[in-house]
Amino acid sequence: MDLVTAYTGQDVALVLIMLLMLALILGFIAGSSLILIWAERKVAARIQNRVGPMMTGPRKFAEFSMWTGGLLQTAADAIKLLVKELIIPSKTDAIPFIAAPVLIVTVCVTAYIVIPFGPAFSVSDLNIGVVHVVAISSLTVLSIVMAGWSSNSKYSLLGGLRSAAQMLSYEIPLIFALLGPILLAGGLSMQKMVLAQREYGCWFLLPSLLGFLIYYVASIAEVNRPPFDIPEAESELVAGYVSEYSGMMFAMFFLAEFANMFLVCSVAATVFLGGWLVPFMPVPDNPTPVYILLGILTFFLKTSFLVFIMMWIRWTFPRVRPDHLMNLGWKYLFPLSLLNLLICAGIAVLKDVYKLNGWGISLASLGALAMVMLLLQVVRIPRPDTFLEKA
Amino acid sequence: MLIRTWWCALTSPSDDGGALRTEEFELNMGPQHPSTHGVLRMVLKMDGERVVDCDPVVGYLHRSIEKMAENRTFTQVIPVTDRLDYCTSMTSNYVYVLAVEKLADLTPPPRAEYIRVIMTELNRIASHLLWYGTFCLEIGATTPFLYSFRDREKVLDLFESACGARLLYNYIRIGGVGQDINQKFLDRMIEFLDYWEPIIPEYEALLDENPIFYNRTVGVGTVPLEMCRSYGVSGPNVRAAGVAEDVRRDDPFAVYKDLEFEIPTEKESDVFARYRVRMRELRESAKILRQCYEKIPSGPYGLPLNYRFKVPEGETYVHIESPRGDIGCFLASSGGDKPWRCKFRTPSFVHIQLFKKLLEGVLIPDIMAICASFDIVLPETDR
Amino acid sequence: MTPQEFAKHLGANYPDHQFEIDPLNENCVLIPLQLVPQCFELLRDDDATQMDYFDFSTCVDHPPDRLDLVYSMYSTVYKHRIQLKVVLDRQNPCVPTVSHLWVNANWNEREMYDLFGVFFPGHKDLRRLMMPDDWEGHPLRKDYAHPNLVVRPD
Repeated sequence: MDLVTAYTGQDVALVLIMLLMLALILGFIAGSSLILIWAERKVAARIQNRVGPMMTGPRKFAEFSMWTGGLLQTAADAIKLLVKELIIPSKTDAIPFIAAPVLIVTVCVTAYIVIPFGPAFSVSDLNIGVVHVVAISSLTVLSIVMAGWSSNSKYSLLGGLRSAAQMLSYEIPLIFALLGPILLAGGLSMQKMVLAQREYGCWFLLPSLLGFLIYYVASIAEVNRPPFDIPEAESELVAGYVSEYSGMMFAMFFLAEFANMFLVCSVAATVFLGGWLVPFMPVPDNPTPVYILLGILTFFLKTSFLVFIMMWIRWTFPRVRPDHLMNLGWKYLFPLSLLNLLICAGIAVLKDVYKLNGWGISLASLGALAMVMLLLQVVRIPRPDTFLEKA
Repeated sequence: MLIRTWWCALTSPSDDGGALRTEEFELNMGPQHPSTHGVLRMVLKMDGERVVDCDPVVGYLHRSIEKMAENRTFTQVIPVTDRLDYCTSMTSNYVYVLAVEKLADLTPPPRAEYIRVIMTELNRIASHLLWYGTFCLEIGATTPFLYSFRDREKVLDLFESACGARLLYNYIRIGGVGQDINQKFLDRMIEFLDYWEPIIPEYEALLDENPIFYNRTVGVGTVPLEMCRSYGVSGPNVRAAGVAEDVRRDDPFAVYKDLEFEIPTEKESDVFARYRVRMRELRESAKILRQCYEKIPSGPYGLPLNYRFKVPEGETYVHIESPRGDIGCFLASSGGDKPWRCKFRTPSFVHIQLFKKLLEGVLIPDIMAICASFDIVLPETDR
Repeated sequence: MTPQEFAKHLGANYPDHQFEIDPLNENCVLIPLQLVPQCFELLRDDDATQMDYFDFSTCVDHPPDRLDLVYSMYSTVYKHRIQLKVVLDRQNPCVPTVSHLWVNANWNEREMYDLFGVFFPGHKDLRRLMMPDDWEGHPLRKDYAHPNLVVRPD
């Protein structure tokens, strides 16, 4: 027992609680992915004038409305994938081929540990929380390149390389967009981020609206979702890096995609939308059980909203071409994220030196935003499309 | 051992001045690929994401329709022509039937001519909707596909009520059509048009002002007019290059000379222009259908013909406007009850040849956008 | 231009040769084999004809000794269309290529090479088009026999 204490610097009871939480997180990822996949299919169905899966699950629910049908569809799919044969093509490099899906899920779970699901409700509130998420989740590219290379298929290889290029160019605007809120909060811990927003009296969405938009776009690219799904673009590269995978190994990539989507959205909700802060409700100094529950609920509502927007975007837009993607990342998002950092620095000064309250900060950020719009009008950055010329 | 390998790699003299050595590789796209429209195979030589050389290979869907036609009576060939281009079976029925009628010197009654025009135009709508859906799928937008198929189903319902089939109609027969249509069919058709015409702007709204779509299509896959001529490009693809060429206007068949319609053209001849031309053609087809509704005469819908009638010796070539372009039928008869030789000149066969030239130097995603924009259909290429 | 005018026009350019309307097809002019590339070049480039659009070319098999090669072309300027026919020797069909004049002729000639066994000297890429590369025989010939090819009973 002393050994544990010696190595972790923490109480044995605390370590046990953390392990329990980790188990909870694992269960949560699996469960939430199941629900998310079902939700994605339902959202897609609604957007596309269909009803989606209806036959699997309780008949009564399906009769009630399209939104309650097919609840067990993904569970059935998961069981099917679980019992399918794992095909390892003979020309593959077997070890990285098997390791890649394991790695991608591991990375995903690791990144989850700092997410504050509610007040005092995260596995471990690391003091480098934001950096942890960004650093760990950027490891997914490693697994994708591994999968692409070891599959020994040209489509997989192209997918893996595309993914590497995409991740590199989107990691940077993503981190720079997060730098603004970090500056405002004055710390990297996720819980501190939430508390700082309470202290400011407004969500960081307002001071760094630009940052939020950049983060959101970059995070879609980060999790390889359409319209930035170029590594697995099914009409071009068959299925990209997952072309050669089957059964549960394929399911792990699939699961990681949805878990990652939830991850980036929960980071966005925490950093920009106030995390578990319940709107229009004073935060007690010592969290009561009621407030904790409300907080968790709020957090999930915010995150689900962002996830829903991601799904909406997915089913609306055509796929971006890889070179346009790089253009967007480097030429537009990156400079704009620097601008966002500048605005956030200004707001932080206003808060620290002039002691502005929430309303003042909101007003100031809106003013800054208006100035940015004006600046963009004056500077006339060429738009990334040729639409105006064409019409 | 490992260290030695590493050392050798480190110290071995590089012969290219230290630059990274790159290599072209061959990519076999198709015949089983999600977006090669059936079974087109393209042997691509790639430099990373960029295509260096492309060699389209066809023949994976070769059902020897021309040989089969030589083995059947003139009437028996019609169901075979259905399979020529299963997206517009009516058109391929029609072109074959026209060739037989020209050789046998038959003139179908006017009502039959109108019914044929109605069916061809409805089929043009169905085919363009199919094209719209798959084109969007290939540039990565999934939703428009469902929208277009929702409405295509309604056209297929109309076909079903007229001839009992939804895909392979065998409807246009020598000397007329298979069955008469009634007033109810015509009313349903107008009902469909009233419902559907306001939806066309919805299709366009999904794509037209979308920057991603613009970037993917504008300036991509440009075919200059001289190239169109040399390759024999026809139909919407050549109209996108700015010339108002349409068999319905230049060499009118059936009753097209009595109908008023515009020939939509665009100047740029890129993927976007081809998309615009097709979307505008949808409206023109609707216009033609409404005129047919007004003008269709009553009377017989076909000529009484012997099942195994003989066609006098001779050769002829007729062509009509299919949704994909200029489809033609060269028919030779030796005086018997079977065609001696039946050759189909199909637009996709012509357009696929363009790819070799057009795909040089483009990126992988552009391959999909360009191939889809030409509206190629493999069964009519391979025949 | 009508086919008669075409025949006259060609006759004026090549006085040594006879140009007749094909008895089988009123829109078709018979062309002597030795004139094949030049005559087509003339039709394409001459201001009076300007046949800039190549429809198709195909063969009609007439056993035992005749194989007709039909070209069809169109002028987008004058909007006239003509078919031209060259009569080949069925045992050894060989005709110079026109694929350098119209690119569209490329695959048409490959198809004829594949399905009829016509040889096109000067064609840059004469491979089988529809059938596999190792296929034996030329399926669209009237005397082609294959175990899977069953003649329908009358």
